[in-house]
Amino acid sequence: MGKTLAEKVWDAHVVRRAEGEPDLLYIDLHLVHEVTSPQAFDGLRLAGRPVRRPDLTLATEDHNTPTLDIDKPIADLTSRTQIETLRRNCEEFGIRLHPLGDVEQGIVHVVGPQLGLTQPGLTVVCGDSHTSTHGAFGALAFGIGTSEVEHVLATQTLPLRPFKTMAINVEGTLKPGVTAKDIILAVIAKIGTGGGQGYVLEYRGEAIRALSMEARMTICNMSIEAGARAGMIAPDETTFAYIEGRPHAPKGKEWDAALEYWRTLYTDDDAVFDAEVTIDADALEPFVTWGTNPGQGLPLSASVPDPESFADETEKAAARRALEYMALEAGTPLRDIAVDTVFIGSCTNGRIEDLRAAAAVVKGRKKADSVRVLVVPGSAKVRLQAEQEGLDKVFTEFGAEWRHAGCSMCLGMNPDQLAPGERSASTSNRNFEGRQGKGGRTHLVSPLVAAATSVRGTLSSPADLEPVG
Amino acid sequence: MEKFIRHTGVGVPLRRSNVDTDQIIPAVYLKRVTRTGFEDGLFAAWRGDETFVLNNPAFASGSVLVAGPDFGTGSSREHAVWALKDYGFKAVLSSRFADIFRGNSGKQGLLTGQLSQDDIELIWKALENAPGTEVTVDLDQRVVTCGEIVAPMQVDDYTRWRLMEGLDDIGLTLRHTDAIDDFEAGRPSHKPRTLV
Repeated sequence: MGKTLAEKVWDAHVVRRAEGEPDLLYIDLHLVHEVTSPQAFDGLRLAGRPVRRPDLTLATEDHNTPTLDIDKPIADLTSRTQIETLRRNCEEFGIRLHPLGDVEQGIVHVVGPQLGLTQPGLTVVCGDSHTSTHGAFGALAFGIGTSEVEHVLATQTLPLRPFKTMAINVEGTLKPGVTAKDIILAVIAKIGTGGGQGYVLEYRGEAIRALSMEARMTICNMSIEAGARAGMIAPDETTFAYIEGRPHAPKGKEWDAALEYWRTLYTDDDAVFDAEVTIDADALEPFVTWGTNPGQGLPLSASVPDPESFADETEKAAARRALEYMALEAGTPLRDIAVDTVFIGSCTNGRIEDLRAAAAVVKGRKKADSVRVLVVPGSAKVRLQAEQEGLDKVFTEFGAEWRHAGCSMCLGMNPDQLAPGERSASTSNRNFEGRQGKGGRTHLVSPLVAAATSVRGTLSSPADLEPVG
Repeated sequence: MEKFIRHTGVGVPLRRSNVDTDQIIPAVYLKRVTRTGFEDGLFAAWRGDETFVLNNPAFASGSVLVAGPDFGTGSSREHAVWALKDYGFKAVLSSRFADIFRGNSGKQGLLTGQLSQDDIELIWKALENAPGTEVTVDLDQRVVTCGEIVAPMQVDDYTRWRLMEGLDDIGLTLRHTDAIDDFEAGRPSHKPRTLV
């Protein structure tokens, strides 16, 4: 019997296999940031252990970093301590770090692919659940906790139990205005926030093949929101073209050897998935969330659901709680929901194509007076690229704030937060209670919906806008 | 790591599904660089609500959390496990756990025991009818008892063995350094390196 893509990558990394024990898996690339690493480095120090492979490790500062006044000392003292701790740890253990202000600084999941470090067939880990992003290249990439960060630093391996595999077949063609974000929100709404538990998802089908690398990253990024550890897409010509020429892409003969290997990374015709789900791309519309977990989403044309309409008692109770927290009435058309803040950024939708898409919608328009619009590039390089293309001017003339790179309002560890009761349309990945600031209310949307919403002030798609006069 | 064989303590009914790690400990509490002292961040947003279960004095000293399905979803932050442990929890019972949270718990000696949702409902009722009731979590026998209720508990063999022996993963892996050396010797040269 053939193998799935995930099984091929897994099997190529087994260091040790023993009956009744997890497999010991080799890790090709370990990404590190300031929040989940200090206690891991402390553990190494206490045990007198070195970092086994600093040359397979890369650190960047992203979760805590301010997006304004980045040339000044960080005002929040605990944030500053955490950043300084990472700097000291990287120095002590010989790890390459891209600090705030460096041209390669940015969200760890934007930086890896941008440098060409993320490649097909690798195992990639990071102390961050959105590590699943890197699966867009056909890598097996997943988030780990701090104990595992320490384990990888010390041994470059992890003991892991094999995942099950689930095919997500996205057949057909997306309509204009429907994006990768809408695909993944629809997938999560369909299988639920626990639907992917124990699985690696493989996104397949015509609609996936047609996506750019950046759009594929958006999809794999949110695999964790369906409960899956990882999401993968088989590498193809789109993947190879994206990697070629990047700073860490293989060169010359190494490129040929790599390419030969990468071309073997697909699910065999006779391989069997443990589960399969099919999504009809033609039927998809822009998707938004109404509740407090990413599975509570609906097409923008729908209305806030009645909790009593759910068959399952747990879902009913969750929907009641969600509507109360979100201050929404059942039956309200989603398009009538007014927001205070629009956030465009994050490891889900903070790459150059996302900024281009949003800029194309707002160009020549003015934002709604009632709305604050934050545009936060995913990395310093994305910011530079956008400025070269004049996107910063498009956003500032529109009335948006053009910020420096980082995780920012996706999780509100830095000063970019919602005030209690404030409502956002956000291109990020989590609408949990308080995620973007205590008492804040989040609607997850695509960059196109975020942009259109910032024009009208209520949840909208570009199709709702009057043509620019 | 401390061994876990069996534990008896006050059960806390948390009647919520999808308790994500942002609820267990919000991001603002993640800025510390130490491994202890996270108890003040545990369920921080909910603890402001006087009806929240941990604000009931009968439950405040609880050490066995009995939660709804899909506990620990979202972020990989191990701080969620540290916060539960620092508060005094020894075990969390649910019908379904998020993978990363369950993995993190295992590394830190916090038991995540999987029960059927029907048994969770029975235990919730028992705890709510008599706040302060104790629950016994027996990892050796893989069974949870609460008054008259005796519920089978699922924990995989390997995690059970590690918890009962109190074993540290890194120490276990370092016994196989030769296998790691051998694997590294065979890695293709086209794989990327961060240092040039």
